[in-house]
Amino acid sequence: MAYSNKVIDHYENPRNVGSLPKDDVNVGTGLVGAPECGDVMKLQVKVNPATGVIDDAKFKTFGCGSAIASSSLATEWLKGKTVDEAMAIKNTDIVNELSLPPVKIHCSVLAEDAIKAAIADYKKKQGVERSAEKAAQPTA
Amino acid sequence: MAIKLPIYMDYHATTPVDPRVVEAMLPYFTQHFGNAASRNHPFGWEAEEAVEKGRKQIADLIGANAKEIVFTSGATESDNLAIKGVAEMYREKGNHIITCVTEHKAIIDTCKRLEKEGYRVTYLPVQKDGRISLDALKAAVTDKTILITIMAANNEIGVIQPIAEIGAIAKDKGILFHTDAVQIVGKVPFNVNDLKVDMASLSAHKMYGPKGVGALYVRRRNPRVLLAPIIDGGGHERGMRSGTLNVTGIVGFGKAAELCKQELATDAERLRRLRDRLNDKLHENLDEIYINGSMEHRLPHSLNISFAYVEGESLLMGINDVAVSSGSACTSASLEPSYVLKALGAGDDLAHSSIRFGLGRWTTEEEVDYVADKLTSVVTRLRDMSPLYELAKEGVDLSTMQWQTEGH
Repeated sequence: MAYSNKVIDHYENPRNVGSLPKDDVNVGTGLVGAPECGDVMKLQVKVNPATGVIDDAKFKTFGCGSAIASSSLATEWLKGKTVDEAMAIKNTDIVNELSLPPVKIHCSVLAEDAIKAAIADYKKKQGVERSAEKAAQPTA
Repeated sequence: MAIKLPIYMDYHATTPVDPRVVEAMLPYFTQHFGNAASRNHPFGWEAEEAVEKGRKQIADLIGANAKEIVFTSGATESDNLAIKGVAEMYREKGNHIITCVTEHKAIIDTCKRLEKEGYRVTYLPVQKDGRISLDALKAAVTDKTILITIMAANNEIGVIQPIAEIGAIAKDKGILFHTDAVQIVGKVPFNVNDLKVDMASLSAHKMYGPKGVGALYVRRRNPRVLLAPIIDGGGHERGMRSGTLNVTGIVGFGKAAELCKQELATDAERLRRLRDRLNDKLHENLDEIYINGSMEHRLPHSLNISFAYVEGESLLMGINDVAVSSGSACTSASLEPSYVLKALGAGDDLAHSSIRFGLGRWTTEEEVDYVADKLTSVVTRLRDMSPLYELAKEGVDLSTMQWQTEGH
C-alpha cells in the first residue's frame, strides 16, 4: 500500500495525541469503531463555555496509518471551530486532504463519526449540567 | 558492518534464489535449451538428462523414488492436481474429503469448488496451538472418505501438524493422504515413507530455488496412487501433467533441493537460535505480546506474534525498512483479519495485531537485533496513541465493552 505524504506525515508526527479529562463538563468524548474491525478512535474536544469555540482537541487511535492520519487531521481542524462549524466537517474533506484511496475511505468515515460522537457527548453533558444548575437554584 | 536496509524477514512468502542455484541454471537458458520431450537429437537428450537429475535430487530430499516426482508450475497447481485428480479418479469409491480450516487457499478453494460439484468436504477445526485433533480426524472419517489433505506446516504461523500420526490413521483406514509440504520441505527433515504420505506438494521458490516450478510427489507403491490429470495435452509426466517441462526451473529446483539436503541441519539450528533470540528480545522489551500457535511444533525459522492494542498495518508502516507480513487486512469495508489466526480463537483484535517473521539462509544476528529494537520502539509509540491500551491500563475489560460496529 502506497501512502500519501500527508498520511505519512500525520503517522510519523501525529498532532494532538493524548487525553482530556473525560469528566470535565466542557469536554466531549467520542469513542467509535471496534477492535475486531481493526479501528478504534477516541476523539475529545474541550469547548470554551464563554465563546462556544473548541479550545483543544485530542485523539488516540488504534488502526492503520490512514486511520491515525484521519483522526490526527480531525483534531487539527477542530481547534478554533465552533461546535456548529465542527459538525459541518465531512469525511470527504478528510479523504481529499489526505488523498485516501477507496479502500481507506472507511477511516475518514470513522473520523467523522468520532467528531459527531464527541460533540454529542459534549452537548449531552451541557444539557444535563444546565438542568442540574436550574434544579439547584432556590425557588423562592 | 552496517546493516543493509530494507531487511528481508518474509521467507515464508518467498526466498531469494541461492547463487549456486542460479549458476546451475544458467547453461540451460542458452547452451542446453532443448525440449526434454525431443527424443531425436542431443539437445533433447541433454534436457531430459538434466530433468531426470533434478527429479532425483528432489526425490532424495524427501526419501522418494525419482519416478514419484511430477513437475508442475508450483504448489498451487500441485494442490489442485492432488485434490481434483483424486476426486475424479476415485469418484466411484467415495465423495468425501477431509481437510482443515487453516489450510492454504489453494486447498480450501479447490475443496470449495468440489463441494459445488457434489463432493462432501469436512473442514476440521484446529486447537489453540494450531494443530488438528487426531480424535476429530478419526471421527470425521466415513466409508465414503477418499482423501485426507492436511498441510505439513502452516504458512502463516509455522505450526507443524502431526503428519506421521495422520499418515498412520489414513493408512489404517485405507484413505489417501495428501499434504501441502511447501513450507516444511528443505527446512526440517521430511520423509514420505516415515510419515506415510501418499502425495506431497512442493515449491522451488520457498527453498531458495526459482519461482514458477513445483512438484507433486505421487506414491507409486503401497498404494499406487492414480490421478486424473487436470491439464490435457502431450501426456508428459506419466500422463499426469501435460506441458513442456520447465527445464531451467527444474535444474534450479533440483540444485536447491540438493543444497537443502546438505545444509538442512546446520541451517535449521542456526535459524532456531536466531528466531529464539528475536522472540526473547521482544518478550524482554514488551508486555502483552502473544505467540500465535504452538512453539513446540513449529518451523525453526518461523515466528508469529500478536502485539496487543496495536494494529498490524500501522505497525508495518512503522517498520517500513523491515519486510514482514501482517495478519491484518485493513483494506476493505469488512476488514477481515487472517482466517488462520481467527481459527486459533485468538480474537479478532489480536489477529489484527499480528506480525509473521520468517527467517532464512541470509538472516544475520545484526538483522534480528535491529528488528527487535525497531519493533520495540514502534510498538511503544503506537501504544502511547492507542485508546485500547489506555482503556486496558485503566482496568477496563475490552472484551465486555459495547463497541459501535454499525457500518464499519
